[in-house]
Amino acid sequence: MLQFYSWVLCNCECNCNVLQLKNKSLFSSYNGSSLHPMLKKRDDFEDILEERRRSSDLRYALRCYTPTLYRGLVPCKASMLKSIVLQSDHLQYVIKQVSSESGESTEGVSEEASLILDEMAHCLQLSTIRFFAFTLSKAFKRLFRSVCVNEEGIQRLQQAVQEHPVVLLPSHRSYMDFLMMSYLLYTYDLPLPVIAAGMDFMSMKFVGEMLRMSGAFFIRRSFGGDKLYWAVFSEYVKTMLRNGYAPIEFFLEGTRSRTCKSLTPKTGLLNIVMEPFFKGELFDVNLVPVSISYERILEESLYARELLGIPKPKESTSGLLKARRVLSEDYGSMYVYFGHPVSVRSLAEGKINRSQYNLLPRYIPQKPSADTHEFLSDAAFRLVRIQEENMVLKPWVLIATLLLQNPDGLDLSSLAEQTDWLRHLALAFGAFLDWPDHEACSEVVSCSLALHRHLLSVSAGHVQLSVTDVPQVETTPEEAVFHQAVVVLSCASYRNQILHVFLRPALLAMAMQSANSNRKDDVYNGFNFLRKVFSNEFILCPGDSVQDFEEACYLLMKRGVLQVLEHEIVMSASGHSTLAFLSGRGVAVFSDHKRLILLRFEMSIFCFLCAFVIMASGRLKCYEALSSDLQKNALAAFLRLKAVRKVKV
Amino acid sequence: MASNSSSAQQRLRIIAGHLQKRPEEENASVAAQECKAEAPRSEPSSATPVPRRRQEIMKWNGWGYSDSRFLFNKKGQAEFTGKRYRLSGLILPSLKDWFEGTFGANLQHRSPATPSLNLSAVAPPHLNQPFVEDLKAAGLSVSHDPEDRVFRAHGHCLHEVFALREGRIGRVPDVVVWPSCHNDVEKIVELACKHNVCLIPYGGGTSVSSALECPREETRSIVSLDTSQMNRILWIDEKNLTAHVEAGIIGQDLERQLNERGYCTGHEPDSMEFSSLGGWVATRASGMKKNIYGNIEDLVVHIKMVTPRGVIEKSCLGPRMSTGPDIHHFILGSEGTLGVVTEVTLKIRPVPEYQKYGSVVFPNFQQGVACLREVARQRCAPASIRLMDNEQFQFGHALKPQVSSIFTSFLDGLKKFYITKFKGFDPHHLCVATLLFEGDRGKVLQHEKQVYDIAAKFGGLAAGEDNGQRGYMLTFVIAYLRDLGMDYYVIGESFETSVPWDRVLDLCRNVKERIVRECKERGVQFPPLSTCRVTQTYDAGACVYFYFAFNYRGLSDPVHIYEQVEHAAREEILANGGSLSHHHGVGKLRKEWMKASVSGVGLGMLKSVKEYVDPQNIFGNGNLL
Repeated sequence: MLQFYSWVLCNCECNCNVLQLKNKSLFSSYNGSSLHPMLKKRDDFEDILEERRRSSDLRYALRCYTPTLYRGLVPCKASMLKSIVLQSDHLQYVIKQVSSESGESTEGVSEEASLILDEMAHCLQLSTIRFFAFTLSKAFKRLFRSVCVNEEGIQRLQQAVQEHPVVLLPSHRSYMDFLMMSYLLYTYDLPLPVIAAGMDFMSMKFVGEMLRMSGAFFIRRSFGGDKLYWAVFSEYVKTMLRNGYAPIEFFLEGTRSRTCKSLTPKTGLLNIVMEPFFKGELFDVNLVPVSISYERILEESLYARELLGIPKPKESTSGLLKARRVLSEDYGSMYVYFGHPVSVRSLAEGKINRSQYNLLPRYIPQKPSADTHEFLSDAAFRLVRIQEENMVLKPWVLIATLLLQNPDGLDLSSLAEQTDWLRHLALAFGAFLDWPDHEACSEVVSCSLALHRHLLSVSAGHVQLSVTDVPQVETTPEEAVFHQAVVVLSCASYRNQILHVFLRPALLAMAMQSANSNRKDDVYNGFNFLRKVFSNEFILCPGDSVQDFEEACYLLMKRGVLQVLEHEIVMSASGHSTLAFLSGRGVAVFSDHKRLILLRFEMSIFCFLCAFVIMASGRLKCYEALSSDLQKNALAAFLRLKAVRKVKV
Repeated sequence: MASNSSSAQQRLRIIAGHLQKRPEEENASVAAQECKAEAPRSEPSSATPVPRRRQEIMKWNGWGYSDSRFLFNKKGQAEFTGKRYRLSGLILPSLKDWFEGTFGANLQHRSPATPSLNLSAVAPPHLNQPFVEDLKAAGLSVSHDPEDRVFRAHGHCLHEVFALREGRIGRVPDVVVWPSCHNDVEKIVELACKHNVCLIPYGGGTSVSSALECPREETRSIVSLDTSQMNRILWIDEKNLTAHVEAGIIGQDLERQLNERGYCTGHEPDSMEFSSLGGWVATRASGMKKNIYGNIEDLVVHIKMVTPRGVIEKSCLGPRMSTGPDIHHFILGSEGTLGVVTEVTLKIRPVPEYQKYGSVVFPNFQQGVACLREVARQRCAPASIRLMDNEQFQFGHALKPQVSSIFTSFLDGLKKFYITKFKGFDPHHLCVATLLFEGDRGKVLQHEKQVYDIAAKFGGLAAGEDNGQRGYMLTFVIAYLRDLGMDYYVIGESFETSVPWDRVLDLCRNVKERIVRECKERGVQFPPLSTCRVTQTYDAGACVYFYFAFNYRGLSDPVHIYEQVEHAAREEILANGGSLSHHHGVGKLRKEWMKASVSGVGLGMLKSVKEYVDPQNIFGNGNLL
């Protein structure tokens, strides 16, 4: 029944899609578009810990720090910054507006604004940075085998920092991210960033203040309707940007991704940092996407638990101290890739008509227009895709993928063989794979297995995902399921890192499987439908369906899996295994959706509980369906596609 | 100070100087008979300043008088030839270094112009015989001499002058006709309608908006209507302080003749040596002393214009009317698309008793703009106040003539030391405002103090009259300097805009940067000169003027690159809240942005006026709409 429903949905859209296809004549040209990721050249890495292991950390922390500065810098102190913000026309305007709306005196509202600012503002101090430089050096050396940075990216950043105000946009997988960013910028004599951080940190005694002194500023998680808060916040960020005070750093994804898939980006802060350009206050702003990837994530099992519904432990200093046991474990390597600076000016070229800001004094806040909104979301998606593309993938990611596809486990030899096959497929699709040179595949595999042994059981040359370190005594079936789910979800978080490489070809493979014909239009419609279904799950730019389709066709054609004719797409004889793999991997996620929707119909309210029970009774084999993230995305997708609707209970 | 009044007189003498040097010629006798009886002449006709054969005293392929030009002499020093200007005959020792340093130009690398007009390059005239015969029968002076026609086929846009220097001649008017009075114009327009020819009014020829270019798609015979012989002041009314003037008169003549009677209009656009009253009206011109006298729209009391529908004018000389939309505003800025302005009644003022230049140095451009803003807020702007940025300040310095005495150079050194070392101004950031005060002596001095007091609040230091005067001189010689640049692979142009106060700084910075960036992206080998100044202050904003020039060695199509960069700069201006034009007009150069500037409805209104007034498109220069 459901299948029927979805195809009805799909068919409704067919008609307009066909039109669209003809207009864009998308099948006519495959002339080596620069978009295709495998054509990208990537920089080499340097291990910064190498130097740290050789020389004194103390001297390093106390060394002379003279960062390259923005040429248009208006020098000012952190305290000055506050008064500039409070006296800004924008804030004054909003204060008067709020006061006339609420009947409070302007002094009262000003006072309130000043308090908000006090709560928010950072107070970057070099001494704190030096303290962190020392302690983090020690910590990083214990945690990681290496911390690799692309130095060419650093050089580009150095250039960019001088020319225009810079916004750093790192991916967010771990608390480590922003500590590492500041640490690196200190190391390379770049100006230290000010970082937009969630208010949660502030509740940590002492640590919150330390972070504040190292450049973090704190924003409330939600302040939707609070005009004054928004004004203070946006003016604060803009002032720092306009004066070239420091690079602004924030996370497009808004929060740490628990699944290691990139999250749908938020556009609020992006709008704030772009507005000074839109309004002509700055000639340009450089956005620098930074991809931070971990061979093993510190929060690995925490995330899995969180996804299973155990609330995130509250950020607290004592919690931090308790977590120090992580210091004794091996987290492999960490990679930080500074992408090419993206100029807001060139992004906006032809998309934003800046004269729309001509008719209103610039200090009066203006809601972004519809096309600005579209632009922001488009830009945000693009930036996140750049982040994804520059994420370094370790061999373990491939292994995790294979292990998840074979829940009953694999023999070591066949695992090695399949890993090697998958490696070549991934490389052909443009994955940024860090594969050790001159090492036998089996060796690489066993090395990876060793690092992640806590997720595996290896016996007699047979590898399987399993719980290892759980006491065997008296586990209820529910507990057993829970523990197994933790392992599966942890493992999935590694597989998820490579999903973006296979995503488009996989959607195409699935579309081909479900389409009953080889006609290109049919396949495209299926592809497009799947794109819509999964748009909450993956980074799929809303307007890019044609490009994505082309890209998928191109990749599979290049691989010899498909032949794309004028009106048809035909599978090649040799392409069977690839297609099977791709549609298989897709199905893993896709079938979850389908099952979930059944579940939803069955158990309107206590879905999670029921799922758990069902799972425990062994009716459903797919542990990933337990992930709250997946459920959330699926529900959102169904809501969006109007397959379900909200009923207030 | 004695020098105050002497410099004021100097300025008047500059203008007067042009007259005396002019070769007296044959051109007095032609005016049609009936005109002479019409009104008492305020001047003897022998004073006609602009000859019909303009090429005899003016360059055919460059700016201004043939005898005045910049050149690098055998010693490699720059000098300005001729005797017309204050700079004439002087050596400018630092210009060469500035020129080579700024543009990466080299005196060895010359790009000379074609020395004379190749007559065979000019297409033979496409004559509408019956029309020409009717003109002649009416006693009008007509020519289809190629030199006359080429001279009236262009304004002074870079691409126009560049093409002339290379000897490339495009479509030129087929006939030139010189009316001598309003009635002549009426006759010409009537005949033009009858024979369906295209009329292009031509005043001073100083357009910088491609307004004089003959439209390529025009298939009819094109007639250039040269107003230069309609140059009399018809009457002066001392009771109402107005003067009724024929629209062909050029600025310097109008001012000089009124001065002789003890009056002035006070309208001094930078092109006033050559531009005409009718041209001012047709482009909504602005004069440098508008703070006292107003822009052209404030100065006119009455306009008479001949259109294909007949003559448009108001019935009285009332100073203001509420009679629906002001019909003057259909004429002002119509850029020759509706008709020919023939006579204008202007406000006049007694010649000011006292004039004084001045200048203020600011530590940076931001402070300077803040000061100008404050001056405008207090509504105490002097006759003229202009703020040059640092690059332009240095440009101005490069035009300092050789100083004769050691004492002056010592004094200059001391001044420089005081400003840069003692006051701590960074020579690469400081900028200078030039001032001109006018009025009665006591008030001028008081006014001066008020302005300097405001300037002091923004860190400004008074920097002497000399700097001020040199600043204004720059605007008169800049066009001559462009010709010098073009002799050495440097091309450039200026353009302007008006912008609200709060956006002035952002606009200046962004446009300058955009120019630099666009040049780089288009393969210009050396960083361009990209500089600006704030030239007018208003209650709600300012007028900003940009100079932009670069060395084009190594580029195959420099003019195209120049145009692309200027286009980008204009887009940047519009994106930053600047207007399409403050006073240069739209012409054909900026037409593409008209709709966005005035809205579709606005453009439609203008079009419907055009349609009513000129259904046959007789005034088919293709400007504006």
